[in-house]
Amino acid sequence: MKINDVILRTVVKGVVFIILTLGMYLFFAGHNAPGGGFIGGLVLASAVVLLYLAYDIETIQKTMPFDFKKVAAVGVLLATGTALGSVLFDVPFLSHTDGYFDLPLLGETHLTTVTIFEAGVALTVVGVVVTIILSINEEGGE
Amino acid sequence: MSNLLIAPMIIPIMTAIILVFLRDNVRMQRVISLITMGVIILISGFLLVEVKNNGIMRLDFSGWLPPFGILFVGDAFALLLVLVASIVTAACLIYAFSTIGEAHEKMFFYSFVLLLVAGVNGSFLTGDIFNLFVCFEVMLLASYVLVALGGGKRQLRESLKYVLINVVASWMFLVALAYLYGAVGTLNMAHISMRVAEAGQDPVLTTISLVFLIVFSLKAGLLLFFWLPGSYSVPPTSVAALFAALLTKVGMYALIRTFTLMFPNQPDITHTIIGVMAVITLLAGMAGAMGGRDVKTIATYNVIIGVGFIMIGLAIGNEQALMGAVYYLMHDMVAKALLFLCIGMMVYLTGETIVKNMSGLIRNYPLFGWLYFLGLCALVGIPPLSGFIGKVLIGQGAIAGGDYILLIVGFLSSIAVLYSLLRIFLASFFGETIIVMEDEVPIRKGMMGSLVLLAACVIFLGLGANYIMPFVEAAAAVLVDPSIYIDAVMPQGNE
Amino acid sequence: MESVMVILVGVLVAVATYLILSRNIIRVILGTAILSHAVHLLILTMGSLKQGNVPLLSDSEGPYTDALPQALILTAIVISFAVTAFVLVLAFRTYGTNKTDDLQELRGNADE
Repeated sequence: MKINDVILRTVVKGVVFIILTLGMYLFFAGHNAPGGGFIGGLVLASAVVLLYLAYDIETIQKTMPFDFKKVAAVGVLLATGTALGSVLFDVPFLSHTDGYFDLPLLGETHLTTVTIFEAGVALTVVGVVVTIILSINEEGGE
Repeated sequence: MSNLLIAPMIIPIMTAIILVFLRDNVRMQRVISLITMGVIILISGFLLVEVKNNGIMRLDFSGWLPPFGILFVGDAFALLLVLVASIVTAACLIYAFSTIGEAHEKMFFYSFVLLLVAGVNGSFLTGDIFNLFVCFEVMLLASYVLVALGGGKRQLRESLKYVLINVVASWMFLVALAYLYGAVGTLNMAHISMRVAEAGQDPVLTTISLVFLIVFSLKAGLLLFFWLPGSYSVPPTSVAALFAALLTKVGMYALIRTFTLMFPNQPDITHTIIGVMAVITLLAGMAGAMGGRDVKTIATYNVIIGVGFIMIGLAIGNEQALMGAVYYLMHDMVAKALLFLCIGMMVYLTGETIVKNMSGLIRNYPLFGWLYFLGLCALVGIPPLSGFIGKVLIGQGAIAGGDYILLIVGFLSSIAVLYSLLRIFLASFFGETIIVMEDEVPIRKGMMGSLVLLAACVIFLGLGANYIMPFVEAAAAVLVDPSIYIDAVMPQGNE
Repeated sequence: MESVMVILVGVLVAVATYLILSRNIIRVILGTAILSHAVHLLILTMGSLKQGNVPLLSDSEGPYTDALPQALILTAIVISFAVTAFVLVLAFRTYGTNKTDDLQELRGNADE
């Protein structure tokens, strides 16, 4: 089914980038302010869903050739992998570590393994939400 | 601290995710899922021996000491159930290999089975009541998918009801959690137990415990089993066997934990109510099992009888009865899986579900017939098979506690089990054979293999009681005396 | 404040119960969604509604608020989100195969 809504498409073209940026901001802000992987993931997913609304499924899948089930799978793997990584260092499961590093351009930066875990959460949320929306759609469904 | 304790939950999750990437390689999926279950069986066996030798283990996630962090606690009770659940799942997987069909396998069937196992194992091992809720939900979400997967009209209809009932039950779980948190201000099970004991379990706490009783009864099928026959008869055989073996058992595990660890101080109220519920459950299950006309109904009502019988053990509540409950719980997992696989096989071989329309199966499939008979004997409790020891222990407990009504109803239920299953055996296995040699559907090796594996477990649980009893005693010791559990979990001198 | 919240929770539960008892699948699912919101509020209320500082040892001085109810609610929201989404898909499929969204007609009978 081809949707042809000029106003929606024009708005979406601009808005999608704002939403994606907001999603990324929320994701990184989550470390010590409101935000985090789940919320960031939901916002990112809403951008993708908005694209599906404005265009049709075939067009979007041509430009974004991901299988969103696999995106979710990668996310879970990343999150559980980080959690399990602590086992290798003989500290309790799910332990995280952090440190300050001097990076070029950014200066001294606070990096932590929690961010990798959160990235996994975000990917999972994006994958799951988009998969669910697609499977309600008859043609794109499982 | 032992990071190995997380393995029974995290390994299935990771494997489930890896299987998503192997969607089109069905063979690989089978091999990997079976290997995973094998690894979990080995690990849980190792942990069980460790726990028996060195006492209860615990794992504080990311190093937060109890009562502040989430933790996994491995005691003998939990690990015994993890071990048996993993063995049963492996058997059901082997059965599924040859029966479930390509369509299911491509729809991530094995991933969801592994997620179900992860949820079940997590529920057994967790030492935090909110974490128990989360593990329950992992298990339930996987079961929702499994029950609806590949659904026709009837299957989707029944699974919708199953899902809605469980959603409402989960909501009640959260309500109970909220009240509990408001009342005692902690979620660590050992810490709850301490706080409840300090407060002397006043009426408010007893009421909260009754909300938990309702929630877990719904999940376990204790009295509130109205949803069970419908939803257990629609999914494919291997899934139904998994459900019958695992899902209600998790509810029962939660009940036993709740009323031996957290709220053991008012047995006059709570345990009496459980006893009454168990008796009504048994009576209703007996009526259903004896009156059922098709094999699936009879099998599901046998699940309900099993629930009632184990809960009698909890209601009596002395050491022997609890030992019996633990033993019978393990036996029931294995034997119910065997029963459901046999029933599914009968339907597969004859295409019929009504008992009367089948006949003479034992002439065509002698080994299968005798395996069914073995399962029957185990469920009835004929020595030396697995059901016998559990029944004797619960019976001894009932006599020691003077609960003669529970004793009588419990043993009446064995007769109902005998009647209902023997009726299937006599009507469907003996008599004129209805299948001509040429029309015989061959039994695949995998199907027979899983039945033989489960039958071997049934025999081992009966004959090998000497090896198992020390573990069961260790499990029951913790159930009788929660202070063992509390001492192992809470750091000393830190309230 | 607590009593107002509890009354609100009660109203939400009443609304949800009404919706769950109706015959239309979508209304039932909306009912379960409202039910989950009610219980989230209940958890928040049971954790007592006090004002205090962020419970970060280095960033603020006590008295701290209890952060646990919020963590519980976040987890519960995620779970109820997943379950609601799944039930919606399932209901949609059931509607597709059974051609009805009326639970009375979805009852089915024993002799099938």
